[in-house]
Amino acid sequence: MTLDVQDRARAELTGTAAADPAAVPALDVQGVTVTYPNGHTAMRYGTFSLGAGTICGLVGVNGSGKSTLFRAIMGFVTPQDGQIRVFGAPVADAMRANRIAYVPQSENVDWNFPVLVKDVVMMGRYGRMGMMRIPRAIDRHVVQQSLERVGMEAYRNRQIGELSGGQKKRVFLARALAQEAEVILLDEPFTGVDVKTEGAIIDLLMALRDGGHVMLVSTHNLGSVPDFCDQVVLVKGTVIASGPTKTTFTETNLAHAFGGVLRQFRLGGRDLHDDDDARGVTVLTDDERPVVFYGADGSREMPRHRQDEEAAEPDADARSQVEAADAPDAAEKAGKRDG
Amino acid sequence: MAELLVPFQYDFMIKAMWVSSLVGAVCGFLSCYLMLKGWSLMGDALAHAIVPGVAVAYLFKLPYAVGAFFAGLLAALGMAFIRQQSKLNVDAVIGLVFTTFFAAGMLLVSLYPAAINVQTIVLGNILAISDWDALQVVIITAVSLAVLLLIWRDLIAVFFDEDHAASVGLPVTRLKVIFFTLLSACTVAALQTVGALLVIAMVVTPGATAYLLVDRFERLILIAVGLGAGTSFVGAYISYFLDGATGGVIVTLQTLIFLAAFIFAPKHGLLARRRAIKTTVLADGRDASASPAASP
Repeated sequence: MTLDVQDRARAELTGTAAADPAAVPALDVQGVTVTYPNGHTAMRYGTFSLGAGTICGLVGVNGSGKSTLFRAIMGFVTPQDGQIRVFGAPVADAMRANRIAYVPQSENVDWNFPVLVKDVVMMGRYGRMGMMRIPRAIDRHVVQQSLERVGMEAYRNRQIGELSGGQKKRVFLARALAQEAEVILLDEPFTGVDVKTEGAIIDLLMALRDGGHVMLVSTHNLGSVPDFCDQVVLVKGTVIASGPTKTTFTETNLAHAFGGVLRQFRLGGRDLHDDDDARGVTVLTDDERPVVFYGADGSREMPRHRQDEEAAEPDADARSQVEAADAPDAAEKAGKRDG
Repeated sequence: MAELLVPFQYDFMIKAMWVSSLVGAVCGFLSCYLMLKGWSLMGDALAHAIVPGVAVAYLFKLPYAVGAFFAGLLAALGMAFIRQQSKLNVDAVIGLVFTTFFAAGMLLVSLYPAAINVQTIVLGNILAISDWDALQVVIITAVSLAVLLLIWRDLIAVFFDEDHAASVGLPVTRLKVIFFTLLSACTVAALQTVGALLVIAMVVTPGATAYLLVDRFERLILIAVGLGAGTSFVGAYISYFLDGATGGVIVTLQTLIFLAAFIFAPKHGLLARRRAIKTTVLADGRDASASPAASP
């Protein structure tokens, strides 16, 4: 790790191309095709690329190939075609160098294991330890720091199975932090997590982004994507669109990615207000977290999500109603900002 | 008093006690992982599957470990093949293969009753173990113990969360292969002390007992290894006086300790649970009536 940092610092001083984040993408997926032994092709020619200091949302319905893409990037499945590079190097090298970390969905984990929270986070350090994996002072220090960053230091001596779903997710995030990787993959980090924890995780991700980390976050939680993702990759058997959230996370693209799965409501004209204002509100929802588009063409002005409101209204359906009720007001505000 | 020290005067008893405790220690170590992963029956299947190998080895005067190893390998390959080529569930495949192998072993034994002693294989006979067999057991267990001491932390990481272990660069497949090789080797070793029928107890009970007592893997391993080694040593010792099968005595001892832990364990025991429920109920009752009644 320290060597890496030194190398990069030196490269920066001498101005070599390797130091330029634009020249070597942090994560580069080119034409990746994955076919499982049963003949099912879960991902066909998936292509996208991410630079440093990015949070990218990986969005698609269940079975669209999100997990397959993740598993391919982590090297758990070998693509039949295409290539994946992490800072210009093959995945296996990146993993050996601890440049890429993974926060899995919790289903594949054995919660009965008699391991404490701090033991789990320590496992993130294994790639950096000696053969016997005996923790050194630096390892303990990093574990402690990682636990503090996710706000779980009070639970360090608890058995992992005793924690709630959201707490487990935070511990896994701490484990990825302890690995000190530059690229972090998060598989559905918000499922089964209460809104408060979700907010805390998002804040942490944004802090990591400011520190130059690259995060790929798979989620079907549409509503929060514009809040914290600066890049979006939409998948449906292939990568159907990728790029900055503002231009990629549009009604048209979402409709394409989700087919008929999403419910769409559009309020405008006389339904919304008593004047000739052309602007309206579109609500797209999969009954979980709706995404709201404001404005005349429905593609701009996505509001930063309101934490206080979420805390008060954790129920998704109730929330979508609240948002709809709030909409005229919000649309007007959006309009004012436009003008 | 002097009578109690009699077993220590015989070389065969001393040998039996030390060899047994070595086997008990390694089996205890492995039991921690098997019990947690729900793979306990795999130890049982392996122990039965190696019986024909041992029978053939005795028939041709080969090292018994070699015969056992090949039988185990064949069984494992057979299971993998059937699993791949059919839609049968794992338990059905395991049951099918290991009974087939066990039956083949029994057939061999019945065909050549003079060359192979069925009781030795099925029930073990540590008290009459030959120096050559004892040496094989010591080598197997010592090597296994050394390997386990090197990789026990990696194994926890792999079995706890395989994907993550791979993502920090651990060689997951290699570690799993090593683990199952160790398991097969130790099943072979345990065959000598407790016999094919009771190997399963050796690779389940110590870990299960320890699991009731502690919440951390390090301590789980320490306790399971201690229990495995201790009960095996004492079991071999007691079997001298009882004139009974060593395997039976060892496993009975392990079960008694398990029962004690099951009832009296400080946190997960039967009594502790009752106590916890009672305390909660009492506390709730106090809250409801809002009276500061003293607890009994």
